[in-house]
Amino acid sequence: MKKLSARQQLHLEKSVLLLVLMLPLARIIFDYFQDSLGANPVEAMTHRTGDAALQILLLSLAVSPIQRYFRFRRAILFRRLLGLTAFFYGLLHFSIYLVFDQELSFGDTFADVAKRPYITMGFSSLVIMLPLAITSTDKMIKRLGGPKWRRLHKAVYAAAVLAVIHYWWLVKANITIPAIYGGCLALLFASRMIRQTRNLSRKNY
Amino acid sequence: MLKYLKCRDVPHSSLRMHKALMEGTMLIKIIDPTAAREHEVTPQALYLDRRRLMASTARSMIAAGATGISGLMSSMAFAAKAYEKVPKGSPFDTNEALTPLKDVTSYNNFYEFGTDKGDPKINSGSLKPRPWKITVDGEVEKPTSFDIDDFIKTKKLEERIYRLRCVEAWSMVIPWIGFPLADVIKAARPNSKAKFVAFTTLLDPAQMPGQKSKILDWPYTEGLRLDEASHPLAFLAVGLYGDTLPNQSGAPLRLVVPWKYGFKSIKSIVKITFTSTQPKTTWNVMGPDEYGFYSNVNPNVDHPRWSQGKERRIGELFKRKTMMFNGYDQVASLYTGLDLKKNF
Repeated sequence: MKKLSARQQLHLEKSVLLLVLMLPLARIIFDYFQDSLGANPVEAMTHRTGDAALQILLLSLAVSPIQRYFRFRRAILFRRLLGLTAFFYGLLHFSIYLVFDQELSFGDTFADVAKRPYITMGFSSLVIMLPLAITSTDKMIKRLGGPKWRRLHKAVYAAAVLAVIHYWWLVKANITIPAIYGGCLALLFASRMIRQTRNLSRKNY
Repeated sequence: MLKYLKCRDVPHSSLRMHKALMEGTMLIKIIDPTAAREHEVTPQALYLDRRRLMASTARSMIAAGATGISGLMSSMAFAAKAYEKVPKGSPFDTNEALTPLKDVTSYNNFYEFGTDKGDPKINSGSLKPRPWKITVDGEVEKPTSFDIDDFIKTKKLEERIYRLRCVEAWSMVIPWIGFPLADVIKAARPNSKAKFVAFTTLLDPAQMPGQKSKILDWPYTEGLRLDEASHPLAFLAVGLYGDTLPNQSGAPLRLVVPWKYGFKSIKSIVKITFTSTQPKTTWNVMGPDEYGFYSNVNPNVDHPRWSQGKERRIGELFKRKTMMFNGYDQVASLYTGLDLKKNF
Protein backbone atom coordinates (compact mmCIF):
# COMPACT_ATOMS: atom_id res chain seq x y z
CA MET A 1 0.00 0.00 0.00
CA LYS A 2 1.20 3.45 -0.82
CA LYS A 3 2.18 5.44 2.20
CA LEU A 4 0.00 8.48 2.74
CA SER A 5 1.58 11.89 2.67
CA ALA A 6 1.35 13.91 5.89
CA ARG A 7 -1.34 16.04 4.31
CA GLN A 8 -3.37 13.09 3.18
CA GLN A 9 -3.09 11.51 6.58
CA LEU A 10 -4.32 14.64 8.31
CA HIS A 11 -7.18 14.83 5.86
CA LEU A 12 -8.11 11.25 6.66
CA GLU A 13 -7.90 11.84 10.40
CA LYS A 14 -10.08 14.91 10.15
CA SER A 15 -12.65 13.00 8.13
CA VAL A 16 -12.80 10.29 10.76
CA LEU A 17 -13.15 12.89 13.50
CA LEU A 18 -15.96 14.59 11.58
CA LEU A 19 -17.77 11.29 11.28
CA VAL A 20 -17.46 10.73 15.02
CA LEU A 21 -18.67 14.25 15.73
CA MET A 22 -21.72 13.65 13.55
CA LEU A 23 -22.74 10.61 15.61
CA PRO A 24 -25.12 12.56 17.90
CA LEU A 25 -26.91 13.87 14.81
CA ALA A 26 -26.97 10.44 13.21
CA ARG A 27 -28.48 9.02 16.39
CA ILE A 28 -31.19 11.68 16.43
CA ILE A 29 -32.12 10.94 12.82
CA PHE A 30 -32.00 7.20 13.38
CA ASP A 31 -34.11 7.43 16.54
CA TYR A 32 -36.59 9.71 14.81
CA PHE A 33 -37.28 7.11 12.16
CA GLN A 34 -37.26 4.33 14.74
CA ASP A 35 -39.86 6.22 16.77
CA SER A 36 -37.53 6.07 19.73
CA LEU A 37 -37.14 9.76 20.52
CA GLY A 38 -39.75 9.25 23.24
CA ALA A 39 -43.06 10.93 23.95
CA ASN A 40 -41.74 14.41 23.24
CA PRO A 41 -39.44 14.18 20.21
CA VAL A 42 -38.98 17.94 19.88
CA GLU A 43 -37.78 18.19 23.46
CA ALA A 44 -35.48 15.21 22.94
CA MET A 45 -33.97 16.77 19.81
CA THR A 46 -33.53 20.11 21.58
CA HIS A 47 -31.80 18.51 24.55
CA ARG A 48 -29.56 16.26 22.50
CA THR A 49 -28.34 18.97 20.13
CA GLY A 50 -27.74 21.27 23.10
CA ASP A 51 -25.74 18.59 24.90
CA ALA A 52 -23.66 17.91 21.80
CA ALA A 53 -22.96 21.63 21.27
CA LEU A 54 -21.81 22.13 24.85
CA GLN A 55 -19.74 18.96 25.01
CA ILE A 56 -17.92 19.63 21.75
CA LEU A 57 -17.39 23.27 22.70
CA LEU A 58 -15.74 22.19 25.96
CA LEU A 59 -13.68 19.64 24.04
CA SER A 60 -12.44 22.39 21.74
CA LEU A 61 -11.35 24.36 24.80
CA ALA A 62 -9.56 21.30 26.13
CA VAL A 63 -7.32 21.08 23.07
CA SER A 64 -4.41 23.13 24.36
CA PRO A 65 -4.34 21.46 27.81
CA ILE A 66 -4.47 18.09 26.03
CA GLN A 67 -1.52 19.21 23.92
CA ARG A 68 0.50 20.03 26.99
CA TYR A 69 -0.43 17.35 29.46
CA PHE A 70 -0.59 14.44 27.04
CA ARG A 71 2.21 15.71 24.83
CA PHE A 72 -0.15 15.30 21.91
CA ARG A 73 1.05 18.25 19.92
CA ARG A 74 -0.99 17.50 16.83
CA ALA A 75 -4.23 18.02 18.78
CA ILE A 76 -4.24 21.65 17.71
CA LEU A 77 -4.79 20.55 14.12
CA PHE A 78 -8.29 19.41 15.04
CA ARG A 79 -9.43 22.41 17.06
CA ARG A 80 -11.05 24.27 14.20
CA LEU A 81 -13.16 21.26 13.31
CA LEU A 82 -14.28 20.91 16.94
CA GLY A 83 -15.21 24.59 17.20
CA LEU A 84 -17.14 24.56 13.95
CA THR A 85 -19.02 21.40 14.90
CA ALA A 86 -19.95 22.91 18.26
CA PHE A 87 -21.33 25.91 16.41
CA PHE A 88 -23.18 23.62 14.00
CA TYR A 89 -24.94 21.82 16.87
CA GLY A 90 -25.68 25.14 18.55
CA LEU A 91 -27.28 26.34 15.35
CA LEU A 92 -29.32 23.14 15.07
CA HIS A 93 -30.38 23.53 18.70
CA PHE A 94 -31.57 27.08 18.03
CA SER A 95 -33.24 26.13 14.74
CA ILE A 96 -35.34 23.43 16.41
CA TYR A 97 -36.50 26.01 18.96
CA LEU A 98 -37.16 28.54 16.20
CA VAL A 99 -39.20 26.12 14.08
CA PHE A 100 -41.07 23.96 16.57
CA ASP A 101 -41.39 26.22 19.61
CA GLN A 102 -41.74 29.57 17.86
CA GLU A 103 -43.06 28.44 14.47
CA LEU A 104 -40.57 30.70 12.69
CA SER A 105 -42.12 33.81 14.20
CA PHE A 106 -39.10 36.07 14.54
CA GLY A 107 -41.05 38.62 16.59
CA ASP A 108 -42.03 36.03 19.19
CA THR A 109 -38.54 34.59 19.18
CA PHE A 110 -37.00 37.98 19.78
CA ALA A 111 -39.42 38.72 22.60
CA ASP A 112 -38.67 35.33 24.15
CA VAL A 113 -34.90 35.81 23.87
CA ALA A 114 -35.20 39.21 25.52
CA LYS A 115 -37.58 38.11 28.27
CA ARG A 116 -36.20 34.73 29.41
CA PRO A 117 -32.77 35.06 31.00
CA TYR A 118 -31.75 31.49 30.21
CA ILE A 119 -32.65 31.94 26.55
CA THR A 120 -30.81 35.27 26.52
CA MET A 121 -27.72 33.41 27.72
CA GLY A 122 -27.98 30.62 25.17
CA PHE A 123 -28.70 33.00 22.32
CA SER A 124 -25.77 35.26 23.28
CA SER A 125 -23.51 32.25 23.33
CA LEU A 126 -24.51 31.40 19.77
CA VAL A 127 -24.20 35.01 18.61
CA ILE A 128 -20.66 35.17 20.02
CA MET A 129 -19.74 32.00 18.17
CA LEU A 130 -20.96 33.33 14.83
CA PRO A 131 -18.03 35.70 14.06
CA LEU A 132 -15.64 33.04 15.31
CA ALA A 133 -17.07 30.56 12.84
CA ILE A 134 -16.90 33.12 10.03
CA THR A 135 -13.27 33.97 10.77
CA SER A 136 -12.20 30.37 11.03
CA THR A 137 -10.86 30.05 7.48
CA ASP A 138 -7.13 30.23 6.67
CA LYS A 139 -7.83 33.29 4.57
CA MET A 140 -9.49 35.12 7.43
CA ILE A 141 -6.70 34.21 9.84
CA LYS A 142 -4.20 35.71 7.40
CA ARG A 143 -6.35 38.73 6.79
CA LEU A 144 -6.80 39.50 10.49
CA GLY A 145 -3.26 38.58 11.43
CA GLY A 146 -2.34 36.11 14.15
CA PRO A 147 -2.45 38.31 17.28
CA LYS A 148 -5.72 40.01 16.34
CA TRP A 149 -7.30 36.69 15.38
CA ARG A 150 -6.26 35.14 18.69
CA ARG A 151 -7.68 38.03 20.64
CA LEU A 152 -11.00 37.71 18.81
CA HIS A 153 -11.14 33.99 19.37
CA LYS A 154 -10.68 34.36 23.12
CA ALA A 155 -14.41 35.14 23.00
CA VAL A 156 -14.98 31.41 22.85
CA TYR A 157 -14.56 31.37 26.63
CA ALA A 158 -17.42 33.79 26.99
CA ALA A 159 -19.51 31.58 24.71
CA ALA A 160 -18.77 28.55 26.87
CA VAL A 161 -19.55 30.35 30.13
CA LEU A 162 -22.84 31.64 28.72
CA ALA A 163 -23.73 28.17 27.45
CA VAL A 164 -23.22 26.63 30.90
CA ILE A 165 -25.28 29.40 32.54
CA HIS A 166 -27.97 28.79 29.91
CA TYR A 167 -28.19 25.16 30.98
CA TRP A 168 -27.95 25.96 34.70
CA TRP A 169 -30.78 28.45 34.59
CA LEU A 170 -33.22 26.27 32.74
CA VAL A 171 -32.98 23.33 35.14
CA LYS A 172 -35.84 23.05 37.61
CA ALA A 173 -34.28 21.23 40.54
CA ASN A 174 -31.46 18.85 39.70
CA ILE A 175 -28.41 20.91 38.77
CA THR A 176 -26.02 17.93 38.74
CA ILE A 177 -25.34 17.90 35.01
CA PRO A 178 -24.88 21.64 34.47
CA ALA A 179 -22.68 21.60 37.58
CA ILE A 180 -20.50 18.94 35.94
CA TYR A 181 -20.17 21.09 32.82
CA GLY A 182 -19.41 24.08 35.03
CA GLY A 183 -16.75 22.05 36.83
CA CYS A 184 -15.12 21.07 33.52
CA LEU A 185 -15.08 24.68 32.45
CA ALA A 186 -13.54 25.73 35.79
CA LEU A 187 -10.82 23.11 35.34
CA LEU A 188 -10.05 24.43 31.88
CA PHE A 189 -9.79 27.96 33.25
CA ALA A 190 -7.57 26.75 36.09
CA SER A 191 -5.19 24.99 33.70
CA ARG A 192 -4.92 28.14 31.65
CA MET A 193 -4.30 30.30 34.70
CA ILE A 194 -1.58 27.99 35.98
CA ARG A 195 0.13 28.25 32.62
CA GLN A 196 -0.13 32.01 32.55
CA THR A 197 1.33 32.47 36.02
CA ARG A 198 4.16 30.08 35.08
CA ASN A 199 4.87 32.05 31.94
CA LEU A 200 4.89 35.28 33.93
CA SER A 201 7.29 33.92 36.54
CA ARG A 202 9.58 32.69 33.76
CA LYS A 203 9.65 36.18 32.29
CA ASN A 204 10.70 37.59 35.65
CA TYR A 205 13.88 35.57 35.67
CA MET B 1 -46.83 12.95 15.36
CA LEU B 2 -46.26 10.97 12.25
CA LYS B 3 -45.87 7.82 14.23
CA TYR B 4 -49.42 7.81 15.52
CA LEU B 5 -50.91 8.10 12.10
CA LYS B 6 -48.90 5.78 9.97
CA CYS B 7 -50.19 2.49 11.31
CA ARG B 8 -53.84 2.21 10.57
CA ASP B 9 -54.17 -1.52 10.68
CA VAL B 10 -56.22 -2.79 13.56
CA PRO B 11 -54.28 -5.34 15.59
CA HIS B 12 -55.91 -8.74 15.25
CA SER B 13 -56.58 -8.97 18.96
CA SER B 14 -58.75 -5.91 18.89
CA LEU B 15 -61.27 -7.72 16.71
CA ARG B 16 -61.82 -10.07 19.57
CA MET B 17 -62.09 -7.11 21.87
CA HIS B 18 -64.59 -5.49 19.62
CA LYS B 19 -66.69 -8.64 19.81
CA ALA B 20 -66.33 -8.63 23.59
CA LEU B 21 -67.45 -5.06 23.66
CA MET B 22 -70.50 -5.85 21.55
CA GLU B 23 -71.40 -8.65 23.88
CA GLY B 24 -71.00 -6.30 26.77
CA THR B 25 -68.38 -8.35 28.58
CA MET B 26 -66.16 -6.33 30.91
CA LEU B 27 -62.59 -6.36 29.90
CA ILE B 28 -60.67 -5.76 33.06
CA LYS B 29 -61.52 -9.09 34.58
CA ILE B 30 -58.67 -11.05 33.05
CA ILE B 31 -56.44 -11.90 35.95
CA ASP B 32 -54.41 -14.83 34.65
CA PRO B 33 -50.81 -13.66 35.09
CA THR B 34 -49.70 -15.46 31.95
CA ALA B 35 -52.07 -13.30 30.01
CA ALA B 36 -50.32 -10.17 31.15
CA ARG B 37 -49.72 -8.65 27.79
CA GLU B 38 -53.18 -9.18 26.48
CA HIS B 39 -54.58 -7.98 29.73
CA GLU B 40 -52.66 -4.78 29.64
CA VAL B 41 -53.13 -4.16 25.96
CA THR B 42 -56.85 -4.65 25.87
CA PRO B 43 -58.02 -1.43 27.42
CA GLN B 44 -56.07 0.87 25.17
CA ALA B 45 -57.17 -0.93 22.04
CA LEU B 46 -60.69 -0.73 23.28
CA TYR B 47 -60.43 2.93 23.97
CA LEU B 48 -58.95 3.66 20.63
CA ASP B 49 -61.49 1.49 18.94
CA ARG B 50 -64.35 3.03 20.79
CA ARG B 51 -63.26 6.52 20.06
CA ARG B 52 -62.47 5.71 16.45
CA LEU B 53 -58.97 6.95 16.75
CA MET B 54 -56.34 5.69 14.44
CA ALA B 55 -53.87 6.97 16.91
CA SER B 56 -51.74 4.04 17.87
CA THR B 57 -49.11 1.68 16.67
CA ALA B 58 -48.78 -1.97 17.34
CA ARG B 59 -45.46 -1.16 18.91
CA SER B 60 -46.96 1.19 21.44
CA MET B 61 -49.24 -1.59 22.52
CA ILE B 62 -46.40 -3.97 23.07
CA ALA B 63 -44.63 -1.29 25.08
CA ALA B 64 -47.81 -0.81 27.04
CA GLY B 65 -47.76 -4.48 27.86
CA ALA B 66 -44.27 -4.17 29.24
CA THR B 67 -44.98 -1.14 31.39
CA GLY B 68 -48.17 -2.39 32.87
CA ILE B 69 -46.84 -5.59 34.36
CA SER B 70 -45.85 -3.94 37.62
CA GLY B 71 -49.47 -3.07 38.13
CA LEU B 72 -50.61 -6.61 37.52
CA MET B 73 -50.25 -7.90 41.04
CA SER B 74 -52.48 -5.22 42.37
CA SER B 75 -54.89 -5.17 39.46
CA MET B 76 -57.02 -7.66 41.31
CA ALA B 77 -57.92 -4.76 43.55
CA PHE B 78 -60.56 -3.41 41.26
CA ALA B 79 -60.48 -5.93 38.48
CA ALA B 80 -63.42 -7.55 40.19
CA LYS B 81 -65.09 -4.21 40.50
CA ALA B 82 -66.42 -2.54 37.41
CA TYR B 83 -66.14 1.16 36.89
CA GLU B 84 -68.56 3.45 35.21
CA LYS B 85 -67.49 4.75 31.82
CA VAL B 86 -67.69 8.48 31.43
CA PRO B 87 -70.95 9.40 29.70
CA LYS B 88 -70.55 11.10 26.33
CA GLY B 89 -70.82 14.84 26.50
CA SER B 90 -70.32 14.90 30.26
CA PRO B 91 -68.20 17.73 31.67
CA PHE B 92 -65.78 14.99 32.73
CA ASP B 93 -65.25 13.88 29.14
CA THR B 94 -63.46 15.34 26.15
CA ASN B 95 -63.55 14.39 22.50
CA GLU B 96 -59.86 15.14 22.13
CA ALA B 97 -57.55 12.32 21.13
CA LEU B 98 -56.21 10.33 24.06
CA THR B 99 -52.46 10.36 24.65
CA PRO B 100 -51.20 6.83 23.94
CA LEU B 101 -50.68 4.70 27.05
CA LYS B 102 -47.05 4.21 26.05
CA ASP B 103 -46.44 7.97 26.35
CA VAL B 104 -48.54 8.38 29.49
CA THR B 105 -46.40 5.77 31.25
CA SER B 106 -42.95 6.62 29.86
CA TYR B 107 -42.87 10.42 30.11
CA ASN B 108 -43.34 11.35 33.75
CA ASN B 109 -42.28 13.95 36.26
CA PHE B 110 -41.96 11.96 39.47
CA TYR B 111 -38.72 13.12 41.07
CA GLU B 112 -38.96 10.41 43.74
CA PHE B 113 -37.67 8.13 40.98
CA GLY B 114 -35.28 10.50 39.21
CA THR B 115 -35.45 13.82 37.44
CA ASP B 116 -35.44 12.61 33.82
CA LYS B 117 -38.82 12.03 32.22
CA GLY B 118 -37.85 8.43 31.48
CA ASP B 119 -36.56 7.71 35.01
CA PRO B 120 -39.86 6.96 36.78
CA LYS B 121 -40.69 4.13 34.40
CA ILE B 122 -37.25 2.61 34.86
CA ASN B 123 -36.86 3.16 38.62
CA SER B 124 -40.35 2.82 40.07
CA GLY B 125 -40.25 -0.97 40.27
CA SER B 126 -39.08 -0.64 43.88
CA LEU B 127 -42.36 0.97 44.93
CA LYS B 128 -44.74 -1.43 46.66
CA PRO B 129 -48.26 -0.07 46.22
CA ARG B 130 -49.77 -2.93 48.27
CA PRO B 131 -50.29 -3.09 51.19
CA TRP B 132 -50.75 0.66 51.51
CA LYS B 133 -52.12 2.69 54.38
CA ILE B 134 -53.79 6.06 53.97
CA THR B 135 -54.39 8.35 56.92
CA VAL B 136 -57.07 11.02 56.98
CA ASP B 137 -56.62 13.42 59.90
CA GLY B 138 -56.46 17.05 61.02
CA GLU B 139 -59.53 19.23 61.41
CA VAL B 140 -62.06 16.41 61.01
CA GLU B 141 -64.62 14.89 63.27
CA LYS B 142 -63.29 11.41 62.81
CA PRO B 143 -59.61 10.92 61.96
CA THR B 144 -59.12 7.50 60.42
CA SER B 145 -56.74 5.37 58.46
CA PHE B 146 -57.55 2.81 55.80
CA ASP B 147 -55.96 0.12 53.79
CA ILE B 148 -56.03 1.18 50.14
CA ASP B 149 -58.11 -1.79 49.03
CA ASP B 150 -60.67 -1.32 51.80
CA PHE B 151 -60.72 2.34 50.90
CA ILE B 152 -61.39 1.61 47.23
CA LYS B 153 -64.08 -0.93 48.11
CA THR B 154 -66.19 1.76 49.71
CA LYS B 155 -66.00 3.96 46.61
CA LYS B 156 -67.94 3.92 43.38
CA LEU B 157 -65.28 3.93 40.68
CA GLU B 158 -65.82 6.07 37.63
CA GLU B 159 -63.90 7.18 34.58
CA ARG B 160 -62.80 10.73 33.85
CA ILE B 161 -61.08 11.86 30.70
CA TYR B 162 -59.06 14.93 31.59
CA ARG B 163 -56.48 17.14 30.00
CA LEU B 164 -53.27 17.30 32.03
CA ARG B 165 -51.21 20.46 31.59
CA CYS B 166 -47.67 20.41 32.98
CA VAL B 167 -46.05 23.66 34.14
CA GLU B 168 -43.29 22.81 31.62
CA ALA B 169 -45.69 23.62 28.77
CA TRP B 170 -46.59 20.12 27.60
CA SER B 171 -49.90 18.35 27.96
CA MET B 172 -51.67 15.01 27.68
CA VAL B 173 -55.23 13.64 27.61
CA ILE B 174 -55.64 10.77 30.07
CA PRO B 175 -58.55 8.46 30.92
CA TRP B 176 -58.42 8.12 34.71
CA ILE B 177 -60.35 5.77 36.99
CA GLY B 178 -61.16 6.82 40.52
CA PHE B 179 -63.63 8.77 42.58
CA PRO B 180 -64.33 12.41 43.40
CA LEU B 181 -62.18 13.90 46.15
CA ALA B 182 -65.44 15.35 47.50
CA ASP B 183 -66.50 11.80 48.50
CA VAL B 184 -63.51 11.53 50.81
CA ILE B 185 -64.10 14.99 52.21
CA LYS B 186 -67.73 14.20 52.94
CA ALA B 187 -66.84 10.96 54.67
CA ALA B 188 -64.17 12.66 56.80
CA ARG B 189 -66.62 15.32 58.00
CA PRO B 190 -64.28 18.32 58.30
CA ASN B 191 -65.00 20.62 61.26
CA SER B 192 -65.57 24.37 61.03
CA LYS B 193 -61.86 25.11 61.36
CA ALA B 194 -60.96 23.16 58.24
CA LYS B 195 -60.10 25.54 55.38
CA PHE B 196 -57.51 23.58 53.41
CA VAL B 197 -56.68 20.01 52.49
CA ALA B 198 -53.03 18.94 52.54
CA PHE B 199 -51.66 15.81 50.86
CA THR B 200 -48.43 13.95 51.54
CA THR B 201 -46.55 11.45 49.39
CA LEU B 202 -44.86 8.38 50.86
CA LEU B 203 -41.44 9.06 52.41
CA ASP B 204 -39.29 5.96 51.99
CA PRO B 205 -35.94 6.27 50.20
CA ALA B 206 -35.74 2.47 49.93
CA GLN B 207 -38.86 2.41 47.80
CA MET B 208 -38.32 5.83 46.28
CA PRO B 209 -34.59 6.05 45.46
CA GLY B 210 -34.86 9.65 44.26
CA GLN B 211 -35.45 10.68 47.87
CA LYS B 212 -31.84 9.76 48.65
CA SER B 213 -30.75 13.01 47.03
CA LYS B 214 -31.97 16.27 48.45
CA ILE B 215 -33.37 17.65 45.21
CA LEU B 216 -36.66 18.58 46.83
CA ASP B 217 -37.73 18.84 50.44
CA TRP B 218 -39.10 15.31 50.92
CA PRO B 219 -41.73 14.13 51.42
CA TYR B 220 -43.58 15.83 48.58
CA THR B 221 -46.58 17.76 49.85
CA GLU B 222 -49.41 19.52 48.09
CA GLY B 223 -52.57 21.32 49.08
CA LEU B 224 -55.86 22.80 47.97
CA ARG B 225 -58.36 25.20 49.46
CA LEU B 226 -61.27 23.20 50.87
CA ASP B 227 -63.70 24.63 48.30
CA GLU B 228 -61.30 23.74 45.47
CA ALA B 229 -60.92 20.25 46.84
CA SER B 230 -64.70 19.89 47.04
CA HIS B 231 -65.21 20.87 43.39
CA PRO B 232 -66.69 18.00 41.33
CA LEU B 233 -63.68 18.08 38.99
CA ALA B 234 -61.17 17.33 41.77
CA PHE B 235 -60.51 13.63 41.55
CA LEU B 236 -58.57 10.86 43.26
CA ALA B 237 -57.30 8.31 40.74
CA VAL B 238 -56.52 4.66 41.39
CA GLY B 239 -56.24 3.67 37.74
CA LEU B 240 -55.82 4.80 34.16
CA TYR B 241 -56.63 3.33 30.78
CA GLY B 242 -58.90 0.75 32.36
CA ASP B 243 -56.28 -0.63 34.69
CA THR B 244 -54.62 -0.05 38.04
CA LEU B 245 -52.29 2.93 38.24
CA PRO B 246 -48.77 2.05 37.16
CA ASN B 247 -46.17 2.92 39.80
CA GLN B 248 -44.70 5.72 37.67
CA SER B 249 -48.11 7.37 37.48
CA GLY B 250 -48.47 7.60 41.26
CA ALA B 251 -49.71 4.21 42.46
CA PRO B 252 -51.76 3.37 44.36
CA LEU B 253 -53.59 6.67 44.85
CA ARG B 254 -53.03 10.09 43.33
CA LEU B 255 -54.74 13.40 43.04
CA VAL B 256 -55.93 14.75 39.67
CA VAL B 257 -56.78 18.45 39.56
CA PRO B 258 -57.15 19.12 35.85
CA TRP B 259 -57.42 22.94 35.99
CA LYS B 260 -54.08 23.26 37.78
CA TYR B 261 -50.52 22.55 36.64
CA GLY B 262 -49.59 18.89 36.88
CA PHE B 263 -47.34 19.18 39.91
CA LYS B 264 -50.41 19.96 42.04
CA SER B 265 -51.71 16.47 41.26
CA ILE B 266 -49.64 14.76 43.94
CA LYS B 267 -48.79 11.07 43.56
CA SER B 268 -48.59 8.01 45.84
CA ILE B 269 -50.55 9.67 48.63
CA VAL B 270 -50.24 8.35 52.21
CA LYS B 271 -51.85 11.20 54.10
CA ILE B 272 -54.74 13.61 53.67
CA THR B 273 -54.85 16.29 56.36
CA PHE B 274 -57.47 18.99 56.86
CA THR B 275 -55.90 22.22 58.08
CA SER B 276 -57.01 25.68 59.17
CA THR B 277 -54.04 27.44 57.53
CA GLN B 278 -52.58 27.20 54.05
CA PRO B 279 -50.32 24.13 53.98
CA LYS B 280 -46.76 24.16 52.69
CA THR B 281 -46.47 22.77 49.19
CA THR B 282 -43.21 21.38 47.86
CA TRP B 283 -42.62 23.40 44.68
CA ASN B 284 -43.90 26.58 46.30
CA VAL B 285 -41.29 26.20 49.04
CA MET B 286 -38.63 25.37 46.42
CA GLY B 287 -39.35 28.42 44.25
CA PRO B 288 -42.04 30.75 45.59
CA ASP B 289 -41.68 33.19 42.69
CA GLU B 290 -42.03 30.39 40.14
CA TYR B 291 -44.65 28.06 41.61
CA GLY B 292 -47.60 29.58 43.41
CA PHE B 293 -49.91 27.84 45.86
CA TYR B 294 -52.80 28.07 43.41
CA SER B 295 -50.93 27.23 40.21
CA ASN B 296 -54.06 27.38 38.11
CA VAL B 297 -53.36 26.86 34.43
CA ASN B 298 -53.25 30.43 33.16
CA PRO B 299 -51.91 31.44 29.73
CA ASN B 300 -51.75 35.08 30.85
CA VAL B 301 -49.36 34.56 33.74
CA ASP B 302 -45.98 33.36 32.56
CA HIS B 303 -43.63 31.24 34.56
CA PRO B 304 -40.60 33.53 35.07
CA ARG B 305 -38.49 31.27 32.89
CA TRP B 306 -40.90 30.31 30.13
CA SER B 307 -44.16 31.37 28.55
CA GLN B 308 -47.39 29.65 29.57
CA GLY B 309 -49.26 30.92 26.52
CA LYS B 310 -48.74 27.72 24.54
CA GLU B 311 -48.23 24.07 25.18
CA ARG B 312 -47.07 21.02 23.27
CA ARG B 313 -49.64 18.24 23.32
CA ILE B 314 -47.68 15.01 23.55
CA GLY B 315 -47.87 13.40 20.11
CA GLU B 316 -47.82 16.74 18.29
CA LEU B 317 -44.80 18.61 16.97
CA PHE B 318 -46.08 22.16 17.10
CA LYS B 319 -47.54 23.96 20.07
CA ARG B 320 -51.17 24.84 20.64
CA LYS B 321 -52.71 27.66 22.67
CA THR B 322 -53.15 27.04 26.37
CA MET B 323 -56.66 27.58 27.69
CA MET B 324 -57.55 29.44 30.90
CA PHE B 325 -58.03 26.88 33.69
CA ASN B 326 -56.90 24.33 31.09
CA GLY B 327 -60.33 24.70 29.50
CA TYR B 328 -62.25 23.94 32.72
CA ASP B 329 -64.15 27.22 32.95
CA GLN B 330 -66.56 25.76 35.49
CA VAL B 331 -63.97 26.42 38.23
CA ALA B 332 -63.84 30.17 37.52
CA SER B 333 -66.41 30.93 40.23
CA LEU B 334 -64.00 29.58 42.85
CA TYR B 335 -61.77 32.56 42.17
CA THR B 336 -64.14 35.52 41.82
CA GLY B 337 -62.57 38.57 43.39
CA LEU B 338 -59.15 36.94 43.53
CA ASP B 339 -56.32 38.59 41.58
CA LEU B 340 -54.99 35.61 39.65
CA LYS B 341 -51.86 37.50 38.61
CA LYS B 342 -50.89 37.95 42.25
CA ASN B 343 -52.26 34.61 43.37
CA PHE B 344 -50.67 32.62 40.58
